[in-house]
Amino acid sequence: MGGPVMTKAELLARCEELYEDLDLTSVREWKEQNPGGRAVGYLPTYVPREILHAAGVLPVGILGAGEQLEIVRGDACFQSYICHLPRSVVELGLSGRLDVLDGMIFPSTCDVIRNLSGIWRILFPDKYTRYLDVPQNFAPEVGGAFYEVVLRELWSELCALSGREPDDEALRAAITLYDANRKLVRELYDLRAAEPWRAPASEAYLLLRAGMVLPVEEHTRVLAEYLALVREEERAMVDNARVLLTGAFCEQPPLTLIRTLERAGCDLIDDDFMPVLRWLGHDAGDALETDGDPVRVLAEAYLGDEQESACRFVPDGQPKGARLVETVRRRAAEGVVCAAPSFCDPALLERPMLQSALDEAGIAYTAFKYAENTGQMQPIREQAGTFADTIKLWGDE
Amino acid sequence: MKANIVKEASMQRQKDMIAAHFELLARAHETGRKVVYTFVPGNLTELMLAFDTLPVHPEINALQAGMRKQSAGYIAEAERAGHSEDVCTYVKCDIGMMMKGNIGPTGQKLPEPDLLLLSYTGCFTFMKWFELLREQYECPVAMLHVPYQSTGRAEPAMIEYVVKQLRTEVIPKLEAVTGKAFDEDLLRTLLGNSVLAEDDLVHVLESAKHRPSPIDAYFGGVYYIGPLFTAFRGTPEAVEYYRMLREEVDARQAQGLGPITPEGPIDDERFRIVVEGPPNWTHFREFWKMFYDERAVIVASTYTKVGGVYDRGFRHDPERPLETLAEYCLGCYTNLDLATRVEMIVGYIEDYDADGFLINSIKSCNSFSAGQLVMLRAIEERTGRPGCFIETDLVDPRYFSASNIKNRLESYFQMLAQKQTGHEPVEAAS
Ligand code: SF4
Ligand code: SF4
Repeated sequence: MGGPVMTKAELLARCEELYEDLDLTSVREWKEQNPGGRAVGYLPTYVPREILHAAGVLPVGILGAGEQLEIVRGDACFQSYICHLPRSVVELGLSGRLDVLDGMIFPSTCDVIRNLSGIWRILFPDKYTRYLDVPQNFAPEVGGAFYEVVLRELWSELCALSGREPDDEALRAAITLYDANRKLVRELYDLRAAEPWRAPASEAYLLLRAGMVLPVEEHTRVLAEYLALVREEERAMVDNARVLLTGAFCEQPPLTLIRTLERAGCDLIDDDFMPVLRWLGHDAGDALETDGDPVRVLAEAYLGDEQESACRFVPDGQPKGARLVETVRRRAAEGVVCAAPSFCDPALLERPMLQSALDEAGIAYTAFKYAENTGQMQPIREQAGTFADTIKLWGDE
Repeated sequence: MKANIVKEASMQRQKDMIAAHFELLARAHETGRKVVYTFVPGNLTELMLAFDTLPVHPEINALQAGMRKQSAGYIAEAERAGHSEDVCTYVKCDIGMMMKGNIGPTGQKLPEPDLLLLSYTGCFTFMKWFELLREQYECPVAMLHVPYQSTGRAEPAMIEYVVKQLRTEVIPKLEAVTGKAFDEDLLRTLLGNSVLAEDDLVHVLESAKHRPSPIDAYFGGVYYIGPLFTAFRGTPEAVEYYRMLREEVDARQAQGLGPITPEGPIDDERFRIVVEGPPNWTHFREFWKMFYDERAVIVASTYTKVGGVYDRGFRHDPERPLETLAEYCLGCYTNLDLATRVEMIVGYIEDYDADGFLINSIKSCNSFSAGQLVMLRAIEERTGRPGCFIETDLVDPRYFSASNIKNRLESYFQMLAQKQTGHEPVEAAS
C-alpha cells in the first residue's frame, strides 16, 4: 500500500480486499518482492511477532475463513462439538491456500489450538510447525526464564528457516517497529473511544485486520494515514450507545456482525479482537535502554503485560473482571457486549466471572454466541437494538 | 459367560480405602487436616501427603455423580446459573454439585478447600475451573503451569520451569496453608512407595497381552488405576492394594480366566480392542455391556494413562524428588502431542495383538477429542486395523444415544468377525 496517499475510501477498500483474500495474495506479492524472504502463519491469541520479523520472516495472522469458505475437508477432521476456527483453518490448509506460508505457529491459547498443532504436523509433515508455550507464571526468574528459552529456540528455528543468524540489533529494531505500530493502534482505540463516529468499529476492524497480513512498517503507515484522514474529516456526531465488546479474542465474528451491532445503535468503543496487536501495550522498547538483551526485554514485557484474557491466568489477589470494569470506566462505556464463539471453552467459562464483576459494578451487559460464519443477523440485530435502546433510555438511572 | 460375579478381594479393599478417605474428608475441619483440591493429571499426591493434606479431585466427584445418575441435575443447576451448554460438563457437574451443598459420593458433605492446587497439565479448562472455584471458596490457588510436550519430549527447560514453580509457588503455598515445613526425606519415602505400586500396576496392565486377557483394561481398568491416580499414590495402602491386585490377576491368568464383568467373567474372548478416550460415566454399565455381550475385551486404553504413563517406562524417582514430579506432570497422556498419542495407540494395537480400536470421542472435552478423527486415519494407515468412532460424553446423559452407539458397535464387531473368518474385505467402520 505504498505510493501516493489514498483517500479514506480507497484505504478501506484495500483493507477490505485484504480481509477477503483467503489466498493471501499480498503475502505472495511480498515474497516475490523479497526473494529469500519467508512467511510464517500464526494462530490467535499471541505470538511475539518481533522475533519473526528479526528472523526475516513475515508474520501472517491466520484467523480462519470467516463467512466465505464452504468447509468440507475441515469438517472431516473434527468432532461436532467444537468451535469453527479449526475447521476453516484446516480447510484453508488442505485447499492449498496456505501454501505460500513456510510454516505455522500455534500459540498456547486453548486445547483446540494446541491439538491443531499436532494435526498440522500430521497433515503437513514437511512444513515447519511450532507450538508456542507462553508462561502462566509471571515471576521473571521462573516464567520469564522459561519464556526466554522458548523465545530463543523460536528465533533460532526461524533463522534456520530464513538462512539468517540471530542478530540482537535486528531484534531491537523489530521491537522499536512494533512499538510504533502498537502506539498507533492505541491511538486508534483512543480516537474510537473519544469520537466513535469518526472511526467506527467496522472501519477500525478492517484497519486492524490488515495488520494480520501486511509487513509491520506498511501497516503502521496505513494506520497513520487513516488517523490523519479521519481526524480532519467532517463527520456528523451520532448519539449511539457506547459499548465495549469482550470475548472475541480468537475466532472472529464476521464483519457483517460488527456492522450489524453498529446499525443496531451500538458504538463499539473498545474490544478484544486480535489481542496480538495490543499485548505488550506499553512500549517494550523503553526497556532496551536499560537492558541490552532484547529477548529478555520481550519476555519481561509479556510478563508485565496487564491485559486480562481468558487464556492468561489471573494470580490471587487480582479479581477476575476488575480490568474489564476498569476499562469500562476509563472509556466511559455504557454497557458491555459479551460475545463468544460457540463451543469456546475459554471465553464461555470466563463469561460468568466477568458478568458477576459487571453485576457488582452495576454495568449493563448483553451476551450472545457467534461463529465466524454466522449468517443470520436478525436475532443479533434485535438483541443489540434492545440493548442500545435500554442503555439510552435508562442509562442514567 | 458365567452367571455369578464373584467380587475379588481387591475390589473390597479399594472400596474400603475410598470410604476411609471420604470419612477423613468429612471430619477434616474437626481434626484440623487441611484440604487441597487438585486434578488427576499431573497430581502431586506425594507432595500433598508430605504436608499431611487431604486431596480432593473434582473430576472424580463428577464421574461419581455421573455413575450415580446425579450429574444431569448438577449440570442443569450450573446451566441455570449462567454456565453455557457448550462447555466441559465436568466443570458444570462440579459447580452444580457445589451449588447443591457439595455432597460427595458417600453422601457426606465435602469440606471446602484450604488450597486449590492447579496442576495445569494436559487441559486448559483446568485453569478456568479453578478460577471459578476460587471465586466461590475465596481460597488461594497455587498455579503449576506444566508446558505441553508438543514434540513428544520433556525438554530440560520445561523440567527446570516446573521444578522452579514447585519450589517458589507450590511448596511455599502448601507450607503457608499447613504451617508445616517441607520435609524432603518424607517425600522421598512416599515416592519410594509409589514406585512399588507403579511396578505392580504395569504388571497388571500388561497381563492383557495374554490370550485370553485376564483383565479388561478400560472398563475394568478404571478400577485398577483408581488408587494410583488419586489420593493414595505413595501410601503403604496403595502398595498393598496393588500387590493384592497383581496376585489376583496372576492367578486368573494362570487359570486361563478372562476379565470380570458385572455379569460374570468373559472366558472366551472374541475380539481384542484398544480404546482411546475416556468412558461415559452416566451409562457406564450399559456401555460396558455392549462390549461384553459381544465378548469384546479391551486389552489396552489411553484413558488409563491420564494420571501417568507408567507402561511406557516412567517411574517416580525418589533420588530426584522434585525433578521426578516435574517429569511425571509433563508426561501425562493428555499432555502429549497427537503424533505421540498415535504412536502409543499403534504400539498398543501391535503389542497387545488387537483386532481393532475404538475412539470414544467426548463431546465436551477438547483436550482429548480435538483431532481424534485425524488420529483415527493415521492409526488405520499405520496398522491396517480398522477403527470405530463414536461420540458420547463423560457426565451429560443428553449426549449418550444408546441405540446409535449400539448400532455402530454391532456393525463394527460384525466387520471384525468377517475379517476373522476371512469372508469380507476389510473396511473401516468409521
Ligand atoms: S475459539 Fe475458543 S475454543 Fe476455539 S480455538 Fe479459539 S480459543 Fe480455542
Ligand atoms: S476438558 Fe476434558 S480434560 Fe479438561 S477438564 Fe474437561 S473433561 Fe477434563
